[in-house]
Parts: sequence; C-alpha cells; structure tokens
Amino acid sequence: MDLTALLLSRIQFAFTITFHIIFPAFTIGLAAWLTTLEALHLRTGRPVYRTLFEFWLKIFGVAFGMGVVSGVVMGFQFGTNWSVLSKMSGPIQGPLLSFETFWAFTLEAGFFGVLIFGRNRVAPWFYLFSTAMVALGTALSAFWIMVNNTWMQVPLGYVVQNGRFVPVDWTKIIFNSAVWSRFPHMILAAFLAGAFCVAATGAWYLLREKHRAEGRVMLRMGLFLAAVLVPVQLVFGHFVGDYVHEYQPAKFAAIEGRWHDEQPAGEVVIALPDPATETNKYEIKIPVLGSIIGSMSLTSKEVGLTDFPPQDRPPVLIPFATFRIMVGCGLIMLALAWLGSYLSVKDRLERNRFLLWSIFLSFPLPYIAIITGWWTAEVGRQPWTVYGVLRTADSMTPFLTAPAALISLILFCAVYVFIFSFGTYYIYRLLRGGPPNRPMPVVHQEPVAAPGYIAAGE
Amino acid sequence: MVMFWVSLLAISVLLYLLLDGFDLGVGMLLGTTNSEDNRRAMLNAIGPVWDGNETWLVVTGVILWGAFSVVYATLLSAFYIPVILMLLGLILRGVSFEFRNQHLGTRWIWDSCFILGSLAASFMQGVMVGAIVQGLRFTDGQYSGGVFGWFSDFSILCGAGLCLGYALLGACWLVRKCESEVREVARRQIPILAVAVLAFLIVVFIHALNDNLPIMYRWIDRPYLFVFPAIGVVAAVVLASSILHHNDYWPFYMVSLMFVAAFGTLALSFWPYMIPFEITIDAAAAPPSTLSFMFWGEGLWVFPLMLLYTAIGYRVFRGKLGSMHGHY
Repeated sequence: MDLTALLLSRIQFAFTITFHIIFPAFTIGLAAWLTTLEALHLRTGRPVYRTLFEFWLKIFGVAFGMGVVSGVVMGFQFGTNWSVLSKMSGPIQGPLLSFETFWAFTLEAGFFGVLIFGRNRVAPWFYLFSTAMVALGTALSAFWIMVNNTWMQVPLGYVVQNGRFVPVDWTKIIFNSAVWSRFPHMILAAFLAGAFCVAATGAWYLLREKHRAEGRVMLRMGLFLAAVLVPVQLVFGHFVGDYVHEYQPAKFAAIEGRWHDEQPAGEVVIALPDPATETNKYEIKIPVLGSIIGSMSLTSKEVGLTDFPPQDRPPVLIPFATFRIMVGCGLIMLALAWLGSYLSVKDRLERNRFLLWSIFLSFPLPYIAIITGWWTAEVGRQPWTVYGVLRTADSMTPFLTAPAALISLILFCAVYVFIFSFGTYYIYRLLRGGPPNRPMPVVHQEPVAAPGYIAAGE
Repeated sequence: MVMFWVSLLAISVLLYLLLDGFDLGVGMLLGTTNSEDNRRAMLNAIGPVWDGNETWLVVTGVILWGAFSVVYATLLSAFYIPVILMLLGLILRGVSFEFRNQHLGTRWIWDSCFILGSLAASFMQGVMVGAIVQGLRFTDGQYSGGVFGWFSDFSILCGAGLCLGYALLGACWLVRKCESEVREVARRQIPILAVAVLAFLIVVFIHALNDNLPIMYRWIDRPYLFVFPAIGVVAAVVLASSILHHNDYWPFYMVSLMFVAAFGTLALSFWPYMIPFEITIDAAAAPPSTLSFMFWGEGLWVFPLMLLYTAIGYRVFRGKLGSMHGHY
C-alpha cells in the first residue's frame, strides 16, 4: 500500500484520537467515583472515604492534564488535515464542538479549581457540589462529542447549500436514537473503565498486603458497580447495533463478516474474512442467530457486503476483528465482576489469590474494549467521513503532500510516546505509593498550586 | 448576528494573545535562569492561570470553525506545519507543568520541554500572523500556496518578533507578581526586550514599505488607523517612565496596551476581510441557523460566564506571590 497523504492523515487522526480517548475515558469514570466518595464521606463521616478521595484526586489531576493537552490537538486537526470536510460540515460540526468547549470550560475549569484549592474555603456541601459539577462537565463533554460523531455516522437534519451542510433541524441532529444509544454506551464504558481501575488497584494492594482498608473498599465498590453496569452496557451495545443495522447496513455486514445475503442469517463467531474471494476462511457459524441479533426474528433476510458496490464497502477485517475483541473484553469483564462480587459478598474473595490477580490484571480490558469499539465504529464508517454523503478521499486538504503528512505523523508519534511513557510511569508511581495511612495533609494548604498541579508525590 | 460572533472572536483572540502571551513569555524566560528557586517562583507566577489562558486558543478555534468555517479550514490547512509545531509545543509545555513535580530526577527533561515548547508555540504563532499580513496566495478563491505557502523571510521575522513581544509581556508579569531576585532580573530584562521589540517594529515597517505590502495602502485610505500606533507610543513612554520609577504595577498594563494597539491596527486595517484580501467576514459567515443556534446555546450566556470565571480567577490570585507564598 502506498503511503499517500490520505492514508497518513487517516493514521494520524486515528493515532491522536486513540491516544486521547484513553484519558477522558479514565477521567469521566474517575470524576463520578470522586463524587460518590465525597457523598459517602459526607453521609457516613468515615475517614477512609476522605483518604481515598484525596488519593484519587491526585491521579485524576495527572490524567485530566493529559486529556486536556491531547484534546486541544483534536479541535485543530479537522482543519489541518481535513479542510474540505471542515469547510462543508463546519456549520454543523463547528457549533457542536464549540458547545463542548464552552460548556465543559465553565463546569470543569471553574469547579476543578475548587476541588484543588477549596477544601477549607467552602462549605462541605458546596465542595460536594463542585465535585459533582466536574463530573457533569466531563459527561457533558462526552455528550457533545458523541453528538458530533453521531452526525458523521447518521447525518440528519441538514440540507446542502453552496457546498455546505446547512442545519435545518437541530432537534434531529441532537435528539435522535443513534445519539441516545451511543452516548450512554460511551458513558457506561467510561464508568466501567473507572470501576475496573479502582477495583484493580484495590486487588493490587490486597495482594501486596498494603493499605488493606482502602484496598478492600476500592475492590468492593469497583466490582459491585461493574457487576451492575456490565449487563446494562451489553443492552446498550445491542441498541448501538440496532442503529448500525438500520442506518449503516454495509458496516453491519462487515462487522458480521457476512458477504452474501442470507435468510435466515447465521452468526459468524470467528473467521478470517478474505476480501479477495469474498468469503470467510476458518469460519465457525451459528445458524439463525444472525437474524435474531440483526432483526429479532427467526426468518429475516440480512444483507451481505456484496449488495454494495466495492467502492462503497468498508474494510472488513478491522471492524470484524475489533468488534469481537470488544465483545470478548466485555464478557471477561462480566465474568470477573460477577464472580468477584459473589465471592466478595461471601467474604471469600480476599483468600482467592487467583481471582485477585485476575482482577488486578484486568485493568487494561475496558480500555481495549473502548479503543476497539471506536475502531469498529470509525473504520466501519469508511469510505465516508459523513456517511453516505462525503467520502473520506474527498474530505482531505487537497494540497497536503505525503512528506508533510509523514513528518507530522512521526512528530506526533514521537511526542505522544514520550509523554505517554512518562505519564503512565508517574501514575504508576502514585498508585504504587498508595494512599497515606492517615487522612492526608490536605493539598489546599498550598494556595498557589495550579489546577492539576498537585503536590508532588515525593 | 455575524457582528456578534466577530466581536466574540476578536475578544477571544485578544484575550489569548495577552493571557497566553505572558505565560508563554515566562516559559521562554525560564531559560534565562538555572536556579531552582527562581524557576519555582516563575512557575508559581503563572501556575494557577496558564491552562485557563490556553483555553482561549481552543475557544478561538471552535468559534472560527462554527461561525466562520471557511476561514478555519483555509487557515489551518494552509498553516499545516506551523499549526502542528505549535500544538506539539503547547502539549510539551502543558504536561511539563505537572510532570516536573512528579520526580526530581527527571525534572531537567520537563524544564527543557517547557522552555522549548513555549518558544516553538510563540514562534509559530508569530510566523502565522506574519504570513497573514503578507498575504496568502489564492487562485479563484481557493488557497493555492501549498504546504509551504507561509514560509518567507517576513513571516520568520514576525515569528522572532512575537517571541520578543511575549517575552517582554512575561517579564512585566514577573515584575508584577514576584519579589526579590526574580523581580530584579525581570526588571533588567524589560528595557532590553523593549528595545528589541522596537527594533523589530522598525524593521517590519521598512520591510512592509519595501515589499509594497497591500496593507500599506489601507493606511493611506484610512488615516484614522494612526490612532493605534499613537496609543502604542504613549504606552511605550509610560512603560519607560514606570521602569525608571521602579513601579511594578504599570509595565504589564502598558505592554498589554501595546499588544491591544497592534491587534487593533491589524484588525481594522484588514476590515472587512478575515483573510486579507480574499475572504470577507460576510463571505465566511456560517448560515443563520448555525449562528443563532450558537448564540442562544452559548454566546449569549456561557461566554459572559467564561469572562466572569477568568476575571474571578485573576482576582483570587491577585497581588504579589510572596505574601501568600506556598511551597511545593
């Protein structure tokens, strides 16, 4: 494959956004967890919640900073690499992204300062309120981003005038079934990422016989939350599948690895799709299940990829594989969460070192699921940026050259790998150190610390 | 409605120039000292506000995309390389703030990233301003300058000039916020930087005359534009006198006023063009359904709130740092 400016731009966008999503996914869940801890502390007065709050706030600070700086890039990359798209869809995508910036700024920037500096300066209820507002800010951010991306997946409520997409009905753009299945899907994914990180950290402390009280609380709260949320997530995942089935049949066929129309359709569990022969190799298939999943019917006809002209088909292998990895991660998470919660209720979890190790090692699973889920959605949308209306190849900055795109890609990779390694290392150090054994000397006694510029772990 | 969004855009750009200007400047000046105490004091002087300052860049970006998408698409793609280098600089300096405190052994890495990131971001911003002033190449209403259309001796000169300007603003901020050694050093830097900026402006002016830049004709057409340089001169005089009188408060405001004057000069010289002299405000404006959606959803009430937050943020951290000195 030639390294064209188009391919390089796509890789660059995929790379920078994959890197970015890790941090918001972490902080959305963590902000909700911090709110829960603060509420529990206010209600019960138990110091362990306060200790945990101060501890996770530090980690939140580092992750939040990385999310902010990597997010700034995203707002500009539409213009640098995808100038035709941004010119045409600016009247719709621009406002949606600006809502994200404006609203998130007011909530996050304003109240995050209170979290860092305000413990002794504001009333306890207001401190809790500020924590909740930061959590709301992160969730609202995610909402506008999902509306924006969903419009690219399911463009509604617009007309084309003078080569621009002109919005005619904002309610259709914001309140459609695709948004309201995809947004909860993303939020739940972020909550699960937070839950598993917290539970894994708790398991880690118990395995090392450190911070037992805090470790136990983290492990139980994380597992219980996950035990409830994973099934809900599976249901919303199904709703997301429904919108794909309805609006993006080619993507659906690619995910299913279905080359030809089938009635009733089988469900390919595992296979190696081969675009050259338009068949699957090494296929394991369950009859009729494909119709049930696609249309809730035993007899429905499901469309195959060959119904679409080759230039309108997405690549098959990536969405096919990433979808299965995502679902696989979800199922492992379900098993861990249920088994762990069951044993925890029976008070047998702490003796089961194998399960503790499994939970400790499970923390990457939600991230793998989030990233592969996004790859399914975005690669499956190809060859379009705005589905069915604007092709990816026609969206790019027309004069962008391959060398320029290559240089920028290399620079992004180098800088991101550099800061990501250090960021991960610093978060690891904070986690390994663990919460102090008594309630912390609080951060806000240092009045001149930047938001996120939290007392050094030294 | 169009005028409303032009005003918000102008406010955002100006706030960005002034606010991130001084903290980028402090970032570059960090390279002039090796003392950890001084570096700490300098970082403390911008610590509570820098990320809020940078937000105005994002705000500028999204207003531009939403309300004037043609300009957003044209400028960002034409400035592909400068924009990406600027973003990478901002990323490096953004994480350095947090990372330098995580581990003593790696602190020098992040201090270097902070200085170089600040320098790269400032320089690239100046290059872009210079390229706009000089004029981008268009054919049939489409940008046709290619990936390196921004590159010229004039734009490079402007890059260096903006670095000097930001450093001057940063030095004034340090004088205002800090005490003892940092203040003394910054106070000595101000006259040097001010003279350098003045020299830069003279060179730019000669260059513009020499190249017959189209902007010069606007000045003949619109003599009222000379009000702005006049404001700049007055500000420079007050700056000089406040330095001589060891006043810590006024230099920052005077340099800010000079920035405002420079911004006003450029904005009104190009009016009504957004990309001189190709794309006007009206031609770039988004359809009414977009502008009114943005107006009711954010411009009318969230934007004032953001201004209020910014004001409160600065009020909370007003005055000299020494009196409320924290330690890290």
